[in-house]
Amino acid sequence: MKLLLLATLNGVTLAALYFIVASGFTIIFGMMRVVNMAHGSLYLLGAYLGYDVASLSGNWFLALLGGAAGAAVTGGLMHRLFLDRYQGQDLRQALVTIGLSIIGADLLLARYGGLSYQFEVPPFLYGSIPLPIVGGYPSFRLALICFAVVVYVMLWLLVQRTRFGIMIRAGVDDRIMLGALGVNVPLVSTLVFALGSCLVGLAGVIGASALSIAPGEDARYLLSSLVVVIVGGMGSLPGAVIGALLIGLAEQIGLAYFPTYSIMVSFMIMVIVLAVRPYGLLGRPA
Amino acid sequence: MKILGLKCKFLGVAAASLLALPAVAQNTVRIGGLATLDGPFVVLGQEAFRGMELAFEEANYTAGGKKLEWIKESSDGKPDVALAKARKLIGQDKVDILIGPMSGGEGLAIKEYAKSVPGKTFVNGFSAAQEATLVAPSPNFFRFSADGAQWQAGLGNYVYDTKGYRKVAVVSGDYSFGYTQVLGFMTEFCAKGGKVPEKIWVPNGTKDFSSAIARIPDKIDAVYVMLGGADAVNFLTQYDQSGSKAPLIAGSNLVDQTVLSSKGPFRNRLVGIPSAHMVADGIADPKYQAFIAKYKKRFPDGLTAPSAPFYAYYIATQAVIEALNKVNGDLSDDGAKFRAALAKVKLDTAAGTVSLDENRQAVANIYVTEVAQRADGALYNKVVKVVPAVNQTLGQPRDAFVARGVPSRDNPSCP
Repeated sequence: MKLLLLATLNGVTLAALYFIVASGFTIIFGMMRVVNMAHGSLYLLGAYLGYDVASLSGNWFLALLGGAAGAAVTGGLMHRLFLDRYQGQDLRQALVTIGLSIIGADLLLARYGGLSYQFEVPPFLYGSIPLPIVGGYPSFRLALICFAVVVYVMLWLLVQRTRFGIMIRAGVDDRIMLGALGVNVPLVSTLVFALGSCLVGLAGVIGASALSIAPGEDARYLLSSLVVVIVGGMGSLPGAVIGALLIGLAEQIGLAYFPTYSIMVSFMIMVIVLAVRPYGLLGRPA
Repeated sequence: MKILGLKCKFLGVAAASLLALPAVAQNTVRIGGLATLDGPFVVLGQEAFRGMELAFEEANYTAGGKKLEWIKESSDGKPDVALAKARKLIGQDKVDILIGPMSGGEGLAIKEYAKSVPGKTFVNGFSAAQEATLVAPSPNFFRFSADGAQWQAGLGNYVYDTKGYRKVAVVSGDYSFGYTQVLGFMTEFCAKGGKVPEKIWVPNGTKDFSSAIARIPDKIDAVYVMLGGADAVNFLTQYDQSGSKAPLIAGSNLVDQTVLSSKGPFRNRLVGIPSAHMVADGIADPKYQAFIAKYKKRFPDGLTAPSAPFYAYYIATQAVIEALNKVNGDLSDDGAKFRAALAKVKLDTAAGTVSLDENRQAVANIYVTEVAQRADGALYNKVVKVVPAVNQTLGQPRDAFVARGVPSRDNPSCP
C-alpha cells in the first residue's frame, strides 16, 4: 500500500516535470508544425544559464528567470535566423533543429564540462513534508505539481483570453488568412517559438533542481517530450497533461514493481495509442 | 596531353605514398586509444585520454627506439560503437596496439574481437567486467587494472567488522558492471555472515530513483549503492530528500571524483560513506601525493585529483611503453615477442605494485576508503585500510570461484 502510494506520488510529480518540459514543445508544434529537435538543448541551456545566475546571485528564483529568459532569447533567435526561411518545409526545419542540437550540445560540453550540476533550492523547498501513510515526502517534488499547475493555467489564460492567444489559435487554423488580416505572422511565430523555449528553459532549472543536469539530459528530455506529446496528441495542451501523467505513472510504477521492464512500458503505451488513435489521444489531423 | 600528364603525376604520387607507407611503419609504432568522449561517460573519457597523454609525454613519444604515434577514437559507452571504433583503428588506421575501452560491456566486446585479430595487442583501458579475463580469455588481451569485483575487496569485511552492519539492501545499476561490483562486495560480506535481503536493480537510463528508494526495506542497517556520475548525484539527492536514515555504503563510482567534484546540496550526504577502489586520492604515500601534484600541474583544468580511469589508462600506456622498450620496439613477428614481454611487466605504480596473473589480469592493491572533507571544503576519499595484492578470485581458489558462475542479478545471493 505504502509502496503503491509512493510510486503513484512519484509518478504524478515526475509527470508534472514532463508536462512543463513538453508544454513548450507542443505549443511550438501546434502553432508552427515545427518539430523542434533542439528542444532538449534549450532545456540544457536554460538549466546551465540558470546555474550561472544562481551562483552569481545566490537566488533560486532569479535563476528560474535567467534560465527562462536565456532560453527564450536563444529560441527566438534560432527561429529568426534558421527556421523562418524554411516556413512550411517540415523536414528541413526538423533537420536544421537536429543540427543545432548537436552543435549546441558540444558547445555546452565545452563550456560547462561533463560534470553534474545541481541547484541549491530555497530551504523551504528542500527536505521532506510529513504525509499520512507514506511518512515523509520530498517537498520539492510536491512543488513540481504546483509549478505544473501554474504553467498550465497561465498558458490556458494566454491562449484563451488574450489577443495574442487569439492570433496563435488563428495561426493554427489558417496561417495565410491570418496574414491577410494584417497580422505580422512571422513575428507571432517568433514570439511563439520564444515562448515555447522560455517554458523549456524554466523546466531546465526546475528539472535540474529536482534531479540534476549533465550532458545527455538534452536527448533524454527530448525523447520524453516526444513520447508525451505523441501519446497526448501533438499541439494539444490537455493532451500533454494526459500524456505526461500516463508516461510518468508508467515509469514510476514500473520501476517500483517490475524494474526490468519499466522502460518498455512507456513505449508500449505509445505503440498502443498510435495503433488506436494515430494522432494521439487528444490530437487531430494537421 | 596535359590531362594525361596530370594523371601520370597523380599515379606517381599514389605509388610513392604506397611505397612510403611500410617505410614509415618501421620507424613508428601506432597506438590506438579508445575512450568515451560521447555519451554518459564524457568526463571519464577526458580523464582516460589525459592519462595516456601524460604517459606518452613522459616517454617523449618514443619507446624502444621508435616513435609512438597516438590515434584517438571515441565511443559512447555502447559495446557496438566501441567494436566499430576498434575495427576502424585496427583496419583503417593500422594500429599495432589498442589501449581501451572504457566500460564493462565494451570490454567484453573488445575481448571477443581481439580473438579474431591475434596479431594485434589489446590492453584494456578502464573496462572492469570480470568475464573479460576470468572466463575464456583472449591471449592478446591484457588488463593492468583490477576488475570491478576486485575493486570492492576489503569493503564487505570493513563494514561488517568496523561499522557493525549485518543486514544491507543493495541498489545498483542493472548491467554487468553493477553485478560485478555487487559480487565483489557480497563475496566478503556474506562469507562473514552478513545478509542481503533485497537487491534493487535499476534499469540503465533511469534518472528518477524515487520509486527505487521507496522499495528499500525499513529494517536494514545500511544501503549499498552502485551508481555513477549524474545517476549517483540524482540518487543521493533523492535519498536525502526522502528522509531515509539508513547509512550508505558506496560502490566505487558513487564516490569517485566525478561525483565528489560535482556541485550541489547532495554533497552533505557524502561525508563518511565507506567504499573501496583501486586508487584513492587520500593515499598518504608520498609517491601517490606526488602523482596527484603531477596531474594537477599538467592538467590545471582537470578534476581536483586524478580519477581511476586516468590512473588505469596511464598505467596501461606505461606498461605498453615498458614492454616496447624491452623488445626494442620490435613488432615484426606480429608482436609475439612484445606480448611475451608485456605479460611479464611488473609496474611500480603510485598506488602500489601491479603484476599480471596467468590470464593477463592485474593483481593489485585495493584501498578501502571513507569520504572526508578537506579544510578547503573539497571532498576526498580517506584511506582506512589497504588490501595488498588482491587477485581476481579475491583470494579464493580459482576453480571454486569460477564454478560459482559469472556475476548476475541472482549470483551471489544471501537473503
